[in-house]
Amino acid sequence: MKTRALLVAAALVAFTGSAALADSIQHGDLTIKDAWSRATPPKAKGAGAFVSITNNGSEDAHLTGAVSGYAKRTEIHEMAVNDGVMKMRKLEDGVVIPAGKTLELKPGSYHVMFMGLKQPFKMGEELKVTLEFEKAGPVEVTFPVMKMGAKSGKMHH
Amino acid sequence: MNVAKTIRYGAWAAVALLVAAVSAVTVMKFVKEDVPQAATVQIGGPFELVDGKGQVFTDKNLDGKPTLMFFGFTYCPDVCPTTLSDMQGWIDNLGPKADDLNFVFVSVDPERDTPDVIADYVAAFGSHVVPLTGSVDQVKKVVKDYRVYARKVPLEDGDYTMDHTAAVYMLNGDLDFVGTISYQEPEETALPKIRKLLGSS
Repeated sequence: MKTRALLVAAALVAFTGSAALADSIQHGDLTIKDAWSRATPPKAKGAGAFVSITNNGSEDAHLTGAVSGYAKRTEIHEMAVNDGVMKMRKLEDGVVIPAGKTLELKPGSYHVMFMGLKQPFKMGEELKVTLEFEKAGPVEVTFPVMKMGAKSGKMHH
Repeated sequence: MNVAKTIRYGAWAAVALLVAAVSAVTVMKFVKEDVPQAATVQIGGPFELVDGKGQVFTDKNLDGKPTLMFFGFTYCPDVCPTTLSDMQGWIDNLGPKADDLNFVFVSVDPERDTPDVIADYVAAFGSHVVPLTGSVDQVKKVVKDYRVYARKVPLEDGDYTMDHTAAVYMLNGDLDFVGTISYQEPEETALPKIRKLLGSS
């Protein structure tokens, strides 16, 4: 019993380890990399996560949604500041990534939106979020949590 | 007798009118000379809100110091954390001079941002920024007086998000609006603006 638990734990560690090391994921024709999120203040109910998705295929790819257990809802949103006003909308139909193009989910633009966070994201945590694609299907992506207010997923001290 | 009285009252009325006219001209002249100062668009003014401890916080609490004021809400995933983090960067950069400024975060979502919610949210970025919220009417008044754009946008299940002005307002010590620092404005331009604001007090 104990041994089994240990084995499971070891497998989990190994899995997390490999996921953390892998800085890019190949998923069909898609290259998914530079995933990151940031720590949230206590009681914050919203959070965003960011990632870069390159479509190496010859057909358009379609990011249709995201799934996670961290919030009441996990969605693909678009944010824009126009004339000094911030507007954020859920993209009901997701985002199309044209063949040969890269879609950047980044601050001030597209993001994975966590609405109604169950608990705050802490720096150093790794979020597991499943991104759903129309043709390529679902893929789990690891989003390391950077410090609060971080502007990118790059570690700099 | 009635005639005499009427004439007397009439005379006094004429004197009063003359005095009023002369003062009006004087005031107008004074105002006219003052026009270059007063011609700025009316943004801002006195306000009454509630701080993170649930205490009343008004413009008087700004102590006549220049103020950097941001309008946001705690459900905000991007602009608000980014701006609070930028503000903290400016505070670190200014060092002790930061004490000569007020840094204020005003919620445009008072229904969800109760004093303890906004207090925890803002405190997570540093201790310098004052979290403010208030009753729906108090916040509505500030939003109107400060010409802030804030609109509730419904989402599913009765949830909502807020469209809102993303710029940081710069107010001088007299609470006059002097400009903004835009979202994601680089420190190279934001800091000189803040130093100028400090110098103007």
